[in-house]
Amino acid sequence: MAHSAVGVIFSNIHDENIPELSRHRTMASIPYGGRYRLIDFTLSNMVNSGITTVGIVTKNNYQSLIDHLGSGKDWDLARKDGGIILLPPYSDETDAPYTTRLEALMGITGFLTHRNEDYVVITDCDGIARVDFQEILRFHEEKNADITMVYHEETEPAQSSYYMTLQPDETGRLKGLKINPKLKSGKFDLYVNIMVMSREFLINTIQDAVTRGLSSFGRDILAKNVDTLRIFGYKFGGYYATISSLQNYYSHSMELLQRDVRDELFGARDVYTKVRDSAPSKYIDGAVVKNSLISDGCVIEGTVDNCILFRGVKVGKGSVIKNSIIMQDTVIGTNVELDSVITDKNVVIRDRRHLAGCEALPYFIAKGRML
Amino acid sequence: MLRKKECVAMLLAGGQGSRLYALTNNIAKPAVAFGAKYRIIDFPLSNCINSGIDTVGVLTQYEPLELNEYIGNGQPWDLDRAFGGVHILSPYQAKKKQSWFEGTANAIYQNLPFMKKYNPDYVLILSGDHIYKMNYAEMLRAHKATGADCTIAAIEVPMKEASRFGILNTREDGSIYEFEEKPKAPKSNLASMGIYIFTAEKLFKYLAADDANPDSSKDFGKDVLPAMLNAGEKMFSYRFKGYWKDVGTISSLWESNMDLLGEDPVFDVGDPDWKIHSRNPLAPPEHIGDGAVVSNSLVALGCEVDGYVKNSVLASNVVIEEGATVEDSVLMAGTVVKKGAKVLYSIIDENVVVEEGAEVGESKESGNGIAVLGRNISVAGKVAGGKIIDKDYKGEE
Repeated sequence: MAHSAVGVIFSNIHDENIPELSRHRTMASIPYGGRYRLIDFTLSNMVNSGITTVGIVTKNNYQSLIDHLGSGKDWDLARKDGGIILLPPYSDETDAPYTTRLEALMGITGFLTHRNEDYVVITDCDGIARVDFQEILRFHEEKNADITMVYHEETEPAQSSYYMTLQPDETGRLKGLKINPKLKSGKFDLYVNIMVMSREFLINTIQDAVTRGLSSFGRDILAKNVDTLRIFGYKFGGYYATISSLQNYYSHSMELLQRDVRDELFGARDVYTKVRDSAPSKYIDGAVVKNSLISDGCVIEGTVDNCILFRGVKVGKGSVIKNSIIMQDTVIGTNVELDSVITDKNVVIRDRRHLAGCEALPYFIAKGRML
Repeated sequence: MLRKKECVAMLLAGGQGSRLYALTNNIAKPAVAFGAKYRIIDFPLSNCINSGIDTVGVLTQYEPLELNEYIGNGQPWDLDRAFGGVHILSPYQAKKKQSWFEGTANAIYQNLPFMKKYNPDYVLILSGDHIYKMNYAEMLRAHKATGADCTIAAIEVPMKEASRFGILNTREDGSIYEFEEKPKAPKSNLASMGIYIFTAEKLFKYLAADDANPDSSKDFGKDVLPAMLNAGEKMFSYRFKGYWKDVGTISSLWESNMDLLGEDPVFDVGDPDWKIHSRNPLAPPEHIGDGAVVSNSLVALGCEVDGYVKNSVLASNVVIEEGATVEDSVLMAGTVVKKGAKVLYSIIDENVVVEEGAEVGESKESGNGIAVLGRNISVAGKVAGGKIIDKDYKGEE
C-alpha cells in the first residue's frame, strides 16, 4: 500500500544562484532539456510516486510559473481533491512576505492543516533526477525517523550560495550536518533539498518555531537538533544533477546527450510538461544534425552539432551551431556561427553573426534579445 | 433563455477504410496515424475548434476502441465543454429497435436527439478521412448569404479522376442543378468534399423522409442530396481552393505524408494561425546521433536516430539504429529499425520491429509499389515492394 503524502515544492528558493535565467522567472520555470521546465522533473516524480496533492510555494516572478502550470492537467494534477495548489506569500499589515524557508512554511500551515495525508515531501526545484518518493517514505517509516533528508554523493564543490552536507552513521542516522562548509576535493554527501516527515511532525515543528521566534529551518531546526531528533539521510544512488549556476546548468544540460542519462530520466516513466501542439520538427534537405536533442516545432536547414534545441527553433541555411543550448522560438538566420552559446527564449540572431563562449563560460543571450 | 448552439458538427468516423488494408485491421480509419504526430481525425476536429464550432458528435461504428480512447474528453482540442464539446456517438440499443448505422444518413438520423439537444440552426456534416485545413465559419457565412438549404463544399479535381467522386454540376452563381455520384462520364470536375452544411430543420425533415423510404440506401450522396434537389430545395456549392486529400488508400496516405516535407511544403502543419491540435505523445525531444544523417524528413518527439533517414516521416519513439537506412517511408509510433536494416518506400504501422539486416520494400523507382507492415509484428528477411503484411500473414502461398 502506497504511503499518502502531500508534496510541497519551493519554486523560488535558489533563484539567486542562476540570475541570468531567473531574472524574469522562478527557478521552477527555468527551461531545461529541450521541452521542460525544472519543476517538471519534481512534479513528474511526485505524480509517478502517487503524490497528487502538491502545494507550490512561490514568492516573486511567478507569472511564467502560473502560465506553465495552468490547471495542472498536463501533469494529471487537475483534481477535485488536491491537485496543484499555488501558495503565494501571505502577508498583512503586521507581516512582510517570508524571507526564509521556515517563514514560508509558517505561511502555509493552513494548507498543511487542512490536508489529511500522513506525510509531507518537501522539495526544491533545483534537481534533475528520477526519484521514487515512495521508496523514501518506506525508508523513513522503516527507520522510524522524524525527518529524512535525501543526499547524493558529490565530488565537486557545491556552487550554491546555501547548501548542506550530511554526516550519516552506518544506519543512516545523522551524526552531523554542516551548513555551507568549505569543500575541497574528495567525496561528500550533499543534501539535495528533498526532505520527508510526517505532516503532524511538520505542523508541530512549525508551531514550536513560531512560539520560540526561530527563523532558519536549516540552522535552528535541523543543525541544532541533530542529536535529539531522529534525522536520517537517504542516499540517492541514481543520476542527480543539481542546478546551481549557469555553468553547471550548461554542463548538466549537455549530459542529456548521453544515452544512459536520458534512459534513466525518461526511460521507464513519463516526464510530464505543458504541451504546446507544435508541429513535428522538420529537417530540410541539406540539414546536418549530430548528437543533438531536438524538440518539436523546429525547422533545421543548417548544421547542428552537440546541441539542445527547444521547441520552435529555426536554424537557417549555412549556419553552424555547436555545443549550444537554444531555447524556445529562437530564430537563427543564415550563415550564423555559434559555439558554446545559451540563448534564452525568443532570441533573434541575424545573418552572418559569429558568437562563441567556452565550456566553462558559455555565452548567454537574454530573453527576447536581437543580435 | 433557451441554451442553444448555432451550428453543431456531426463527424462520420465509422468507416472501416478497407483500402488501407493492414493499417485499419483494428482501428477505424480516422484513428490512422498521420504526419509524425497526428491522426486523421485531428484535422476535422482542429478545423472545428479553429472555426469556432465547439459542439461535435463523432459517429463511430467500426473498431471504435482506439478512436474513443484517443478522443477521450476532447481536451487536446479544447473540446471539453460544460455545454457542447466533443461526444462519441456509437450505435445503441433502443426500446423499439436496435440497429447498426446503416448508411451515412441513417447514422446522423439515429442521433437526432443529440443534435436537437443543442437546438441548432445549422448542422455541419463532416467525414473523418480527409487531410485539409478549412474554415467552416466561412462556409457557414456563404450558406447564410445564399440562403441555401444545403451547401456542399466542393473542390476541382483533375478531370480524369472525376469519376471517382460525387460530382456537382452548378450554375454560374454556384447553385447546384445536378448531383452525380461517381459518374462514368463526368460533366464537370467539381467534386463534393463530403462536407455539408444543412439548415437544421430541412435536414431533419429529409432525414425522416429518407428513413421512411424502404428503397433508400440511407446515404447522403446517393439518397438524401438527390431527394432534396428533386424537391427543388436551394442547394449551393462552396468552392474550396486549398489542400484537400482523401487518404483512403495506401498511396494517397503515403503521398499526403510526403506533402508535409520540405522548406515550402505542399501542406503546412506548422501554421501558427491554424494549429492542428492533437493528443501529444509524452516523450523527450528526439535525439539525433553522431553518425546519423537526417534530411528532408519530419521527426517526432522521442525518436532515437543513429542511421540514415531521407524523405521520410518518423512518428514518436521510433528508433533507427546505426547503419540502418530509411528512405521514402512513413514510420508510425514506436517502430524500431535495427542495425543494418533497410526500409524503402514503405508504410510501417506502430510498434513494428524490423530486425537486423532485414529489407522492407523496394525503391520507389522499382515500380513495385509501397510495402505495408501492420502493427505489432517483427520482420526479418526480405519484404518485396507492394507487399502487405500483418500479424496474420502466413508467408507466400
